[in-house]
Amino acid sequence: MSNQLLQRHGGLALLAAIIAAGPLFLDNGFHYNVAILAGLNAIVCIGLNLLIGHAGQISLGHAGFFALGAYASAILPERFGFHPLGALLTGALLVGLLAFAIARPILRLRGHYLAMATLGMGIIVSIVLDQKVDLTGGPDGMVVGDLTLFGQALRGNLAWYWLVGALLFVTTWMALNLVHSPVGRALKAVHGSELAAAAMGVDVFHYKVLVFVLSAVLAAIAGSLFAHYNGFVTPDEASFIHSIQLVTMVVLGGMASIAGSIVGAVALTLLPQLLADFHDYEMIVFGAILMGTMILLPTGVVPTLAARIRERLA
Amino acid sequence: MTFLRVTGLTKSFGGVRAVDGVDFTVRANDVFSIIGPNGAGKTTLFNLLSGLIAPDAGAVILDGEDVTGLPAHQLATRGLSRSFQNLQVFFNMTALENVMVGNHRHTARRFLPCLLGLPSVRDSERRTRVFAEELMHYVGLERYIHAQAAAMPYGALKRLEIARALATRPRILLLDEPAAGLNPAETAHMDALIRRIAEDGITVLLVEHDMHLVWSVSDHILVLNHGRVLAEGGAREIRANPQVVEAYLGHRARER
Ligand SMILES: Nc1ncnc2c1ncn2[C@@H]1O[C@H](COP(=O)(O)OP(=O)(O)OP(=O)(O)O)[C@@H](O)[C@H]1O
Ligand SMILES: [Mg+2]
Repeated sequence: MSNQLLQRHGGLALLAAIIAAGPLFLDNGFHYNVAILAGLNAIVCIGLNLLIGHAGQISLGHAGFFALGAYASAILPERFGFHPLGALLTGALLVGLLAFAIARPILRLRGHYLAMATLGMGIIVSIVLDQKVDLTGGPDGMVVGDLTLFGQALRGNLAWYWLVGALLFVTTWMALNLVHSPVGRALKAVHGSELAAAAMGVDVFHYKVLVFVLSAVLAAIAGSLFAHYNGFVTPDEASFIHSIQLVTMVVLGGMASIAGSIVGAVALTLLPQLLADFHDYEMIVFGAILMGTMILLPTGVVPTLAARIRERLA
Repeated sequence: MTFLRVTGLTKSFGGVRAVDGVDFTVRANDVFSIIGPNGAGKTTLFNLLSGLIAPDAGAVILDGEDVTGLPAHQLATRGLSRSFQNLQVFFNMTALENVMVGNHRHTARRFLPCLLGLPSVRDSERRTRVFAEELMHYVGLERYIHAQAAAMPYGALKRLEIARALATRPRILLLDEPAAGLNPAETAHMDALIRRIAEDGITVLLVEHDMHLVWSVSDHILVLNHGRVLAEGGAREIRANPQVVEAYLGHRARER
C-alpha cells in the first residue's frame, strides 16, 4: 500500500515538475501551441482510457463529445449571452446527459454495441455541425470569443499553458485517485469478467454508464478549452479521424495506464508537427500506429517500459 | 431452519429445458450437493440462483425473502456468492485485487470521495486489503498475494475464486465444480477448505463430479437429470438409492 501510494505521489510530482519546467524549454509560440494541444488531448485521453483501458468499453465517437463541448463554448456566449465558464459547464452538463442517454440502452447489452453507437453518434454530430449553418456556421466553422476568468480575458500562450497544465494535473490526480479506489477496481472487474463482477456485487451497468459519462464530460471540457484557445472551431473536431486519433493515443500510451495516456497524447500531438506533408497521410499513419502498437506492444508503451524496469530491478 | 427454498424453477434455452420445475430446500449451515451427469442443468441452476440469468418460471426464496429474478449484484448484497465452473478470474489484476473486488459492497465506493481520494476511501482500502490478505491465507494462497492472477496455476485460481467469493461475506456460497481439474493433493485441500467454510457458518451449495469429495463433505444431496430432480436425500440415503446408482453413479463408477 505505502509502496503504491509512494509511486502515485512520485508520478504526480514528476508530472508537476515537467509542467513547471515546460516554459524553460518552450521558446516560441509554435512550441507552446503544441504543448497546450498535447495537454488538452491528454485530458481527453485520461478519460477515454478509464473507459477503454480500465472498463474495457470501446468508444469510436469521443471526438463528437469534444466537438459538442467546443461548439457549446462557441455558440452559447455568442448567441445566448452565456458567461464563457457558464457555457463550458453547460456544455459539459449537456454532453454528460447525452452520454447518459446513449449509454442507458446500449450498455445493458454485452459486446461491442457501444463502439457502433458511438461511431454513429460521432457521425451524426459532425453532420449536424455541418448542416445547421445558421447556428454553427456550417463547414466554414465559427469564431470563438475569449475565455474570461475572474473578469479577465485569458490571452497569451503562457497563461493558456498554465491553465491547461493545472487542469491536466488535477485530472491526473483525480484519475489516479479513482483508479486506486473501489470504483477503479470495479471498472477493471467489469473489464475482466462481467459475470464475475456482477456475482461479486458490482453493479456492472452502473459502472459502465458512470465511466462513459465521465469520459464524455472530460472530452467536452477539453473541447471547450480548445475552442477558446484556438479562437475558431470547425465540424472537423467531430470527425471520425479525430476519434481514431484519440483512441490511438490511448492504445499507444498504454491501456489502463494514466501515465500512458499522457505519453500517448504528447507523442501523437507532436508527431504530425514533425512530419511534413503529414496531413495527406494522416489516416494511414494513425491507422498504422494503431495496428503496429496492438501487434508489437499490445499493452502500450508505458506499461511495457514499466514491466522492463521492474524486471531489471527484481 | 430453511435458508433457501426453490419451487418450480424452470429455464429453457430454445427447445432445451435445462432446468425443469426443480423444487428443493436447503437448511442453514448444510453442505448441500447437487450432482448429475453432464448437461443435467447444474450450472444453469446456479446461474438462476445467483441472478446471472432470469428463470422462465418458479421462485427462489432466500432467508424468507422472495429474490426471484433479482440481478446478481443484488443477490450478492443479500449474502449469496459463487465460484464458476469455467474460471471467471479477473486476469487483468493481481490475485489480491481479485479478492478485494469481492469486498466491493463493504467498501467506501461512492464516486466523489473516490475521485477526491478522501481519507475515508484510503482507510477503507487499507481495511479491504487486510481482509483480502486474511482470506488469501484462509484458502492457502498466501504465497500468491502479490502475483498477477494471469501468472497463477489452475489449481490456485480455483481457490482464488473461492477467496474472492468469501470476500463478499456470503451467508450462502455456491461452488460449481471446485475440484474439477485438481490433482489428488489439491482435491484433499479443497475438501478441507469446504468443510472449514461450512464450519464457519456459511451454507454451501456444491456442484461436483468428484464423488469422493461429494460423499466426504455433503450433508444432503440432490440428483439432477435432464433438468429434473431424480432423487434427493441425506448423503447415505442417496448412496444407497439403487435408482441413483443405476442412472448416474453406476456408470460414473465404471468410468473410473
Ligand atoms: N446459455 C445457454 N444457451 C443455450 N443452451 C444452454 C446454455 N446454457 C446451458 N445450456 C444447455 O442447457 C443444458 C444444461 O447445461 P448446464 O451447463 O446447466 O449443465 P451442467 O449440469 O452444468 O453440465 P456439466 O456437468 O457438463 O457442467 C445443456 O443441454 C446445455 O447445452
Ligand atoms: Mg456445469
